[in-house]
Amino acid sequence: MTEIAAFFDMGGYAAFVWPSLGLTLVIMLGLVVQTVGQLRQRQRRLAELEAEGAQRARRRPVAAAGPQT
Amino acid sequence: MHRFANPARFTRLADRVLPFVAAGALVCLGIGLYLALFVAPPDYQQGESVRIMYVHVPSAWMAMFVYVAIAVASAVALVWRHPLADLAAKASAPIGAGFAFLTLATGSLWGRPMWGTWWEWDGRLTSMLILFFLYLGHIALMNAFEDQQRGYRAAAVLALVGVINIPIIKFSVDWWSTLHQPASVLRLDGPTIHPSMLWPLLITALGFKLYYLALVLLRIKSELIAARLRALDLAKLKAT
Repeated sequence: MTEIAAFFDMGGYAAFVWPSLGLTLVIMLGLVVQTVGQLRQRQRRLAELEAEGAQRARRRPVAAAGPQT
Repeated sequence: MHRFANPARFTRLADRVLPFVAAGALVCLGIGLYLALFVAPPDYQQGESVRIMYVHVPSAWMAMFVYVAIAVASAVALVWRHPLADLAAKASAPIGAGFAFLTLATGSLWGRPMWGTWWEWDGRLTSMLILFFLYLGHIALMNAFEDQQRGYRAAAVLALVGVINIPIIKFSVDWWSTLHQPASVLRLDGPTIHPSMLWPLLITALGFKLYYLALVLLRIKSELIAARLRALDLAKLKAT
């Protein structure tokens, strides 16, 4: 067996070692992707709302400045 | 402590430290993985299957560490009503659940060739499964109520009650007979594991910890934005 094949064979435990590492990679990367995606989405939505709010404030400066009850 | 409870200040601080924490995590995980796969020796009894340890053990440590962090944040939230403490708990739970799942899954993959079974209802494995369920319950409770504060409080109480499970996990291997091996790193008389395996393990574990830190900072930041979005939506609803 070549050295590379021996490495991937993991002394016969390939079916257990590689899924362990693969699963760890999938979960840890998945959490990062989900976190960053959610953050970006919320940032975009906040930017939209703030732009909207700024527009409204320009149109009705008095109402926006006063206490909103 | 109070200084960091200000959301704007928190976000600024988080943005400043995040690049360093994330880079540290990447470096430690890279070096750790390299050492674990290419440098660390095979075990004299377990052969190459021992390499599963380098993801299994850090996952288990983090599953417990994150839970304790959530319990501390929950206590702070209940006693001092810090809004950031609730968000820290909320941001941590999915990460902890991920680590608990990884602990169970990689443990199973390690148990099959070494013990001859995927699963055994003994103290260590069962208490770790309970930890995983506690995380799921915490996530569910956080989102269970229309009124968010009620959900946060319920989840905080669950987190504090469930913290009893942490010493049970830690000492389960001493209290009950089990297939699982006893502690070989965190012991009063020092580690019994050989340095050639201890160092790759510790560096990987540090990488896991920095990974959690970077991710939880990002998630808290994200939760703060979500809170602002809710407030803006509410204000818009009132205005119309």
